[in-house]
Amino acid sequence: MRLPGDSPPPHAEEPKGGRRVEARAASSPLLEARAVTRRFGGGGWFGTKRPALVAVDNVSLPLGPGETLGIVGESGSGKSTLARMLVGLLQPSAGDLALDGEALDLGRGADRRRLQRRAQMVFQDPASAMNPRKTVGASVEAPMIGLKGWDAPRRKARVAELFARVGLAPEHAARHPHEFSGGQLQRIGIARALSADPRIVVLDEPVSALDVSVQAQVLALLRELRAGGGLSLVFVSHDLAVVEALCDRVVVMRRGRVVEEGACRAVLSAPREDYTRELIQAARRFAA
Amino acid sequence: MSVLVRLARQPFALAGLALVAVFAALALAAPLLPLPDPDATEPANRLAALGAAGHLLGTDQLGRDVLARLIFGLRVSLAVGVAATLAAALVGGTVGLVAAFYGRWVDGLLMRLVDVLMAFPYLLLALAVVAALGPGLTNAALAIAIVNVPFFARAVRGQALGIVRQDYVAAARLAGFSDLRILLSEVLPNVAPLLIVTAATTIGWMILETAGLSFLGLGAQPPQADLGSMLGDGHKVVVAAPHVAAAPGVVVFVLVVGLNLLGDGLRDALDPRMKGVESGAPQPATRVERGMTGAGSGPNDSAAVLDVRALTTAFATPRGSFPAIRDVSFTLQAGEALGIVGESGSGKSVTALSLARLAPTPPGTIVSGEVRIGGADVLGLGLDRLRRLRGDRIAYVFQDPLTTLNPLMRIEAQIVEAIRPAPGEGAKAVRTRASALMADVGLPDPERIARAYPHELSGGQRQRVGVAMALANAPDVLVADEPTTALDATTQGRILELFARIRRERGAALIFVSHDVGVVACLCDRIVVMYAGEIVEEGPARVVAARPLHPYAARLIACAPRLGQPDKSLAPIPGAPPAIDARPDGCAFAPRCDHAVAACRAGPIGLEEAMEGRRVRCIRWRELSGEAA
Repeated sequence: MRLPGDSPPPHAEEPKGGRRVEARAASSPLLEARAVTRRFGGGGWFGTKRPALVAVDNVSLPLGPGETLGIVGESGSGKSTLARMLVGLLQPSAGDLALDGEALDLGRGADRRRLQRRAQMVFQDPASAMNPRKTVGASVEAPMIGLKGWDAPRRKARVAELFARVGLAPEHAARHPHEFSGGQLQRIGIARALSADPRIVVLDEPVSALDVSVQAQVLALLRELRAGGGLSLVFVSHDLAVVEALCDRVVVMRRGRVVEEGACRAVLSAPREDYTRELIQAARRFAA
Repeated sequence: MSVLVRLARQPFALAGLALVAVFAALALAAPLLPLPDPDATEPANRLAALGAAGHLLGTDQLGRDVLARLIFGLRVSLAVGVAATLAAALVGGTVGLVAAFYGRWVDGLLMRLVDVLMAFPYLLLALAVVAALGPGLTNAALAIAIVNVPFFARAVRGQALGIVRQDYVAAARLAGFSDLRILLSEVLPNVAPLLIVTAATTIGWMILETAGLSFLGLGAQPPQADLGSMLGDGHKVVVAAPHVAAAPGVVVFVLVVGLNLLGDGLRDALDPRMKGVESGAPQPATRVERGMTGAGSGPNDSAAVLDVRALTTAFATPRGSFPAIRDVSFTLQAGEALGIVGESGSGKSVTALSLARLAPTPPGTIVSGEVRIGGADVLGLGLDRLRRLRGDRIAYVFQDPLTTLNPLMRIEAQIVEAIRPAPGEGAKAVRTRASALMADVGLPDPERIARAYPHELSGGQRQRVGVAMALANAPDVLVADEPTTALDATTQGRILELFARIRRERGAALIFVSHDVGVVACLCDRIVVMYAGEIVEEGPARVVAARPLHPYAARLIACAPRLGQPDKSLAPIPGAPPAIDARPDGCAFAPRCDHAVAACRAGPIGLEEAMEGRRVRCIRWRELSGEAA
């Protein structure tokens, strides 16, 4: 992540007049980030005050049931930090999350678990997302143990069902991560995220480490999940084409702030903000 | 299992294991052996020499049997060493795990306490502990355990710090696991090898330290024997009866050597970083073992700056040697840009690296073919001429500039190092050239960046530095191996623009390796599509991207999302590419191809000339392209 000192102050490119495309889901949000800010660093033990890095700056974001939301931006735009806050892996420095309209206190274990029963995550690097010393089956079972308290036979049955759903044979559950390719591991990562029946899955750059044809396999799986209904997906990516292929709504982030937000196809075909236009041009220039 | 196999491959470790096993067996069996009572004194027979009747190793100054005392003393010393090691590992490991896991003030507090322990001279601290607790074997062991806690704590914390940042730990949190459960099930199993290695390499040291305390009379109390107290007793009579001190001295020496050999062997067997080392470090140039085939076949294309013929590079695997690329042929004219497209394992990087013999040996060997750069046969060059060719005639830009740049050198120094000065060119002139190069590749504020270290630059800036270094000696051929894969989309676009500008302005020939057909079609004149180590299609870049002839190329293009086409089907290609040692006989793509027929699987399929300057490795391209039209 780059320090803000490298570049002009973040206020310089703020959207004029706060224009926002109102294309939200009509129903009430399932999960909502309310003016969340996340700072890193700053302070210190012996009065050595360093300037804090503001990774996410006053972002409000509702997520409706069944909605697929894309978060795009360059590296350092705060999109991964926001994703980790949405599942409670990071606590906001200011602002809060609301689940079904009720504010969550993420300092409390009970509230964190309430959030995790609803929202799970798929990570960018499938290799580092699986404990190398556990079987992948054990990794997929973990949320069923920690969040549902299911007994072993029920867990085994669910693992077999999930493996079939992501296109793997049930006997693969007994293997260790090093026996799989990146694409297979990413599908197992998705199986783990789904294992405790969440309503929301946050995916942080889930296909950027994968080859084109393997990416297509994972995208096909995600499109299936979306079509199945009932599941809200938050898809973080720097690849506009992938986001466009998958998402209903998109949020464009720059230096921790939301620059533009709206229906995905509308924003990507007729952007209102210069910055979004720049991103689209950069992506178009070298696409045949 | 593989740990034991790797251990068994090390003769020194095996010798250590044998020594330790013998000593351990002796110590365990001590009460069963036909030995006299080690504490029974016999003043009449004091200081008996080696081999005296009934006393194989003689007696000490109280007439006690040295052999019996030695074996019982060994038993005590081993027991104390093992107990102290286990205690230090348990406490130190816990401290290290907790410090790394909770971080912040917990880490600060625990590590400052550890620092305080380490600030005392080692033996002095042990002496202080014994002085406070009183002499005795248990207290000596406790003292030794305490002074060793910091080593375990620091080693474990260092390793655990890397593990707690892994995403699988985050996933365990999301699974609702408690902190204790995460520590035990996710973190501990991954630091356990280190803990075992640290214990195995310090146990010998701890036995020595306990012996030291006993030697000073602070450990084992009379009449109990341990190796240290025997040394202490023996040293009082060392002139009259040297064997009394020599016997425990030799045993301590051999025991500690054995433990250390075993510990080092265990470290090598358990440390994953050592796994690849079995095959040794790569050689400076890929080994070339061309047989009769390949070399010198056909007329050379003299106009080409780069002419590659029937290049085959094989990789050694535990199951034998298999070609990673086979029969790769292409030419590159001056100023031309060629894109090599393929997925992981397609052989595109091996092809690019083999051009300047940079494919790692082991495991790689170039087994046939020819590479000519400006007429010179690269595969036949000596190492000196090859080194001059690299950089001068052919230069590389790699995927991740963070791993190719030296983290401890300033940017300017690295660019200067890449420049080969002209005869008589001074240091100042070279630095001027370096800053011109930096301006050329569009680095903003060259003054500041010249003084910066790699980690202070953004990914895009680092890649520009990589390009500047590759351009330093105006090479004829620039090879870019996935130079934008590690960058985000916007930065990617800017770096691609840089390559396009370099082509326009410098006229260098470019080989651009990528997994993205769209990018290659925009940047390059021609495109080569590789699958399972073979070229499957070659032709003008835009034509191939728009109307591919090979079914694999067609599927690859069809499954990539394109901005502005949100409803594109993105049909995934079923299955996976074949492993290097499991290539099918006929077309390598046949098992995944919708159009495959029996003839496709029958035997090798050649790369055949198709329409206007295109080549394709498919027997059905004519009918399939007819279908499409």
